[in-house]
Amino acid sequence: MDNSAAAGDLKTTPLNDLHVALGARMVPFAGYAMPVQYPAGILAEHLQTRAQAGLFDVSHMGQVRISGADPARSLERLVPGDIMGLEPGRTRYTQFTNETGGILDDLMVTRRAGDLFLVVNAGCKEQDFALLATGLRDCAVEPILDRALLALQGPAAVTALARYAPAVSAVAFMSYAEVDIAGVRCFVTRSGYTGEDGFEISVPNDAAERLARLLLAEPEVKPIGLGARDSLRLEAGLCLYGHDIDTTTTPVEAAIAWSIGKRRRAEGGFPGAAVIQKQLAEGPTRKRVGIRPEGRAPAREHTPITDAAGAIVGEITSGGFGPTVNGPIAMGYVPTALAKTDTPLQLVVRGKPLPARVAAMPFTAKRYAS
Amino acid sequence: MSEIRYTKDHEWIRVEGDTATVGISDYAQNQLGDVVFVDLPDVGKKVAKGGEAAVVESVKAASEVYAPVGGEVIGANDQLSGDPALVNRDPMGEGWFVKLKLSNPAELAELMDEAAYADFVKGLG
Repeated sequence: MDNSAAAGDLKTTPLNDLHVALGARMVPFAGYAMPVQYPAGILAEHLQTRAQAGLFDVSHMGQVRISGADPARSLERLVPGDIMGLEPGRTRYTQFTNETGGILDDLMVTRRAGDLFLVVNAGCKEQDFALLATGLRDCAVEPILDRALLALQGPAAVTALARYAPAVSAVAFMSYAEVDIAGVRCFVTRSGYTGEDGFEISVPNDAAERLARLLLAEPEVKPIGLGARDSLRLEAGLCLYGHDIDTTTTPVEAAIAWSIGKRRRAEGGFPGAAVIQKQLAEGPTRKRVGIRPEGRAPAREHTPITDAAGAIVGEITSGGFGPTVNGPIAMGYVPTALAKTDTPLQLVVRGKPLPARVAAMPFTAKRYAS
Repeated sequence: MSEIRYTKDHEWIRVEGDTATVGISDYAQNQLGDVVFVDLPDVGKKVAKGGEAAVVESVKAASEVYAPVGGEVIGANDQLSGDPALVNRDPMGEGWFVKLKLSNPAELAELMDEAAYADFVKGLG
């Protein structure tokens, strides 16, 4: 119930004045004052993004440039993703792992003509910068501090953005282009965190507000806060670092092992490879799954999960209400034996066991061509 | 003639004789945002002043609704199960939560009246 999150030691993004002007409710998030919602509200913002397009300020996230003789080969020492196999102009999802196969952060890596462009989580970025600086001494690691990051997401995102930069229509999902938008050089990846088609746009700090205002003036586009960003990614079945994945979960347990390519599975050579390779070969003892409560009550993070007989088997890592699903949705870890779709479970909400079932993710149909 | 009182946690209570209706204020529903679920107590449950009377869930989070005064639950608003957004649309009316039979009407004196609550909300900025 705090309306004045901009007070205190919080950092602000280059769009802070715009958020305030748009009537956003600002909250502290990862050390930044960020808009959790605008006057339309989370429900309307969520549905707007699914139906048309929404503009998100994600400038709190970390952007990094890595250059050197062979930065892809070097980065593979820290991540299990196949970075060497990434074609120039393509983007890939991967994770920084630790020696026990746990996840230090998850990130997007784009291979550009002469370097790698990374986007990492806000809450982990200082730790990631340090990890890269010490782990990649054969490369130059440059945090990009002079650029903001906007996400334009939704089925009409391409229509709106193409009015300023026609070239983006031809950019495939999980691909990259450098384009001029209203005279400003932008790094654009066709990707996102909503389960929709869309773009992430890296723009110089001093042009960020002007570009955001231009995009918001498009008829398809409205501003969207972190509240809807969370409900959108949950419906899309996407992990939130620090909640669904952390240093105690491996990519295999988290059901994101699809992001570990064939060569890396065979060769290893990343932190925690032995643990992860063993889990890939034998199967993990627990798995992250989607869960649908059968009633209307949302089951929030840390809600205990029991089997049908009432024994506690795990806990919810993200849960809430899915506006597009129009019902409660959640994800959490359960023993592999209980991970099959439709397995009955119970969620203990405020002391009451409520019936639920394992559900396939995403909870809503993905609508991008990948 | 009924009178309405408020808590610092933004519940309201409208008293008629020794029974009362409890809900959350317009300020509270606005702060919560879109209400998607309300967990109501069973009729017959006894609640102490400040005890949990209900839980209201928005897209973002779950929040407790506390009993402004002690009493026994004699009714719950079943309309909220099918249409939880009533709390947003009509917080002071159709969006009520529970009806209580008061155990100690003297506790009402500790609550704010309309004018005091309006000042309190103004002070929150």
